[in-house]
Amino acid sequence: MDNKYDVIVLGAGAAGLTAGIYLSRARLKVLIVDSGTAGGQMVMSYTVANYPGVETTSGWNISQTMLRQAKSFGCKVLTQSPVLSIDLTSELKSVEVEDEGTFQAKAVILATGGVPRELGMKSEQQYKGIGISYCATCDGDFFTDKEIVAIGGGNSALEEAVGLTKYASKVTIVHEFDHFQAQPWIVEEAKKNEKIHFLMAQDIVDFTGDEHLEKVIVASKTTGEKTEIAATGCFIFIGYVPNTGIFQGIINMNDRGEVLTDQLMKTNVSGVFAAGDLREKRYRQITTSVADGTIAALSAIDFLQQKNKH
Amino acid sequence: MLRTNLQHTDTDSDFKDIIENNENVMICCGRMGPMCLPVYDIMDSIKDNYENVVFRDMDFDGPAGHNIISLPECRRFNGLPFTVYFKNGKVAAATTSIQNKKQVKEILDREFV
Repeated sequence: MDNKYDVIVLGAGAAGLTAGIYLSRARLKVLIVDSGTAGGQMVMSYTVANYPGVETTSGWNISQTMLRQAKSFGCKVLTQSPVLSIDLTSELKSVEVEDEGTFQAKAVILATGGVPRELGMKSEQQYKGIGISYCATCDGDFFTDKEIVAIGGGNSALEEAVGLTKYASKVTIVHEFDHFQAQPWIVEEAKKNEKIHFLMAQDIVDFTGDEHLEKVIVASKTTGEKTEIAATGCFIFIGYVPNTGIFQGIINMNDRGEVLTDQLMKTNVSGVFAAGDLREKRYRQITTSVADGTIAALSAIDFLQQKNKH
Repeated sequence: MLRTNLQHTDTDSDFKDIIENNENVMICCGRMGPMCLPVYDIMDSIKDNYENVVFRDMDFDGPAGHNIISLPECRRFNGLPFTVYFKNGKVAAATTSIQNKKQVKEILDREFV
C-alpha cells in the first residue's frame, strides 16, 4: 500500500471533511483519519435548522453528505482508527494509525474537535447507561414520569432540561455557579417551566443507587451543606474539551488545551494547520468549523505550492 | 427505521433465525441517534475481521425490538443503544449506551474466541 499522501487530515468532523473536500478537489492526495465516527459532534445534533442553503435536516445527514463528497473527490477516509503516534515536526510528517500502519505527508491538518466534558468521578462511570446520560434526545423517554437531574448552566443544559420536561415529572437543574452562562431567553423559558427546579452554586459530590441511579448528592459551594436529590436519571451537559492531548508539547495551545493558530489556521509548526472546535475561539458551530476547514485547506494548498517552488 | 450499512433484524422470525442458527451474534438495538451511530459504525468497520461473528442492528422501536428490550440482562438499561452478544443462542454479554471500538473488541475477543 502506498502510504505517502500530500496532506493528512486528522479528524472527520465538519472541519476535517470540509478540508478533505477542498484538498481533494485541488487534486491533492488526501487521507482523513478519525478515531471515531465520521461527522464528529455534528452527529450529536438531531435537528440542524441553521446551516445555510440546507433546510432543516439532521447532523447525521449533513455529515454523510460531506463524507460522500470527500470520497467522491478521491479522499481516503479511515474511521474508528485511533492514532497511536505522530511526528509533526519533521519535514515529512508521519502518523501511525491502529491496525492500518504509518502514513506520511508534507502537511497535516489537525481537526480532532472536542469531546463531551465529563465530571471525572468514579460513580459517574458506574451509572453510565443505568441513570447517567449525555443525550436527552436519545434517552429522555426512559425517564417518563420520573424525577431527574440536569447538570450544567450553558445553552445546551437549559435547552435539554426544557426538552426533558416532555418526559420527566420533575427536572432539577444543578449548576456550579450562582448564575447561568446560557442566553437570557432560554433561562427565561426554563424559569417559566413549572417542572423545572434550580439548585445553584453546587458541587456534585456523588451518584448513588443500587441496580441503577437513585440519588445525586450535591454540596453548596458557600456553606458546604449537602443535599440528596432523589433521581433515577441524571443528564450531564457541561460543555466540551478539545481533543488535543496527543499534540501536547508539540503544538502551541492555551491553558484550556485549545490549539492556537493565526487567521490562516497555521500553527506554530511549519506545515501543520488546525481547524474546527479544537482551536481557541469563541463560537463553535458547524458553519464555523466548515469555514475553518476551508481556510486550513487553502492554506495547506498554498504551503505545498510554495514548497514545490523551492 | 435504521439507515446503516449493517444488515437489519426486522422481525421476530429474523431474530429467532439469527440467534438459533449462528454460534456468535452481536446485535445493536437502537435508533439513529448520536449514542447509537458510533456503535453501528464500529460494527461495520470491524465485521470483516470477525468472520466468525454475525453482526446485526435492530430498530429499538421496530417490531423485533422487544426481543432485546425484554431480556433480563437489559432490565436495568436506560441508555441507548442496547448491545447484546449471543453465544449459541444465549446472552454472553450486554452493554448499554455508547461504546468505543476498544470496548466492543474486548467483548468480541473474550466471548467469541
